[in-house]
Amino acid sequence: MNYHWDWGVFFRSTGVGHEIYLDWFFSGLAMTLGLALAGWIIALVLGTVLGVMRTLPGKVLPRIAGAYVDLFRNVPLLVQLFIWYYVIPDWLPDAIGNWLKQDISPTTNAFITVMVCLGLFTAARVCEQVRTGIQALPRGQANAGYALGLNIVQVYRHIVVPQAFRIIIPPLTSEFLNIIKNSSVASLVALPELLGQTKQLVDFSAAQFEAYTVGTLIYFVVNIALMFFMRWVEKRLRVPGLIALGGK
Amino acid sequence: MNSDNSAMIRFNQVNKWYGRDHHVLKNISLEVKQGEVVVVCGPSGSGKSTLIRTINQLEPVNDGEIWVDGVQVNHPRTNINRLREEVGFVFQHFNLYPHLSVLQNITLAPVKVRKMSQADADQRGMELLERVGLSNKRDAYPSQLSGGQQQRVAIARGLAMQPKVMLFDEPTSALDPEMIGEVLKVMQNLAESGMTMMVVTHEMGFAREVADRVVFLDHGEILEQAAPAQFFNNPQCDRAQQFLRQVLAPMHG
Repeated sequence: MNYHWDWGVFFRSTGVGHEIYLDWFFSGLAMTLGLALAGWIIALVLGTVLGVMRTLPGKVLPRIAGAYVDLFRNVPLLVQLFIWYYVIPDWLPDAIGNWLKQDISPTTNAFITVMVCLGLFTAARVCEQVRTGIQALPRGQANAGYALGLNIVQVYRHIVVPQAFRIIIPPLTSEFLNIIKNSSVASLVALPELLGQTKQLVDFSAAQFEAYTVGTLIYFVVNIALMFFMRWVEKRLRVPGLIALGGK
Repeated sequence: MNSDNSAMIRFNQVNKWYGRDHHVLKNISLEVKQGEVVVVCGPSGSGKSTLIRTINQLEPVNDGEIWVDGVQVNHPRTNINRLREEVGFVFQHFNLYPHLSVLQNITLAPVKVRKMSQADADQRGMELLERVGLSNKRDAYPSQLSGGQQQRVAIARGLAMQPKVMLFDEPTSALDPEMIGEVLKVMQNLAESGMTMMVVTHEMGFAREVADRVVFLDHGEILEQAAPAQFFNNPQCDRAQQFLRQVLAPMHG
């Protein structure tokens, strides 16, 4: 293949203001990280609540959380996104629907939609991690709390959940990396995040090899960096012998 | 509510089944008076642990009444969390919270349940650590302690709530032999301080020296109750005789 590589393309003007093509990667990356972080906060909060619900006594709450997981894990992410973007706004009360469609900019609309979509999708996965973490604890941990007069909320808040989270840091890290990678679906609803900006760069400059090479590298480097950061967090929070204790 | 005020713990015709067929507690009637130390012994599977766990309702019962200090614990209107504040429980496997330091293990419940200030709870926690001989371990984590040390912390944790009763569910069964003594010593001191105690244990030496009464349980039934001297020297029922032979002289039972 006789491709003429031209790395200088990134330093050429885009023709839009004073921007050079390289700037698009930075703005795309910022958007990607903002999106992933916002979605992750939703996923972490909702997923924790759902994960706790799955382990509660009784039938109603565990079943509600279970149904949520079944629903959000068994529909493809892209289908979920299109439903949120194209279908749901028409079902919402007019005031909210119109606000989304007319009052705010298309970019803000897309951002909110993808944030909610990623958050709720990932919450189902976080839920299962949290549930596993809680169920991995020896039964005696909760019992020791109850025996001292703690109520169920206190037992979860001070004993069960803090230990469960330490156990599930590695799988949660993978979910966090997933949400960054999954955020690339946003390019399909015209949100200028990293993949969206990469595609636009290709459209403008026709330097598809260079553009995808750099775009890919950025995803890769960001995820690797986060992976190492989370390993450091895991080490800092590690309590000696946390999982070693047994008993009922 | 309770006719006999001196009874700190009272079982009245208590029955419990696992499933339909497994009758684990059969017509249990038993009283433990204030300040009394009662040891529960019996072969494994006899229902000892189940029995002691019904007192703070870690195990529910199907039938009968259990009273602690004039409150019926298995009554639907009883606030079970409230009752558990008054009943200390020491587990076979200690069940210390591994993510909290020794002192935090002890102060968690007083602060969160009794709404004690952290400073007061810390002070009381240090006094208790002193009492169990571990004041130098306040900032250690449970996994950095030996089994015997962990169990002493667990006892201090129970005492931090200033309970009226202390329950011990095989407190030395998970310990290496050389650590059993230090835990029993703490328990003996506690008994001498006048604490009402119910202890499930295989430590017959402890039963003989510290208990006021020994209760022998087999197949979910109380077969014998007696003062230790009488129980050990002159057990009445065959099963108790056989059990004592096996426990006291395992190689010749």
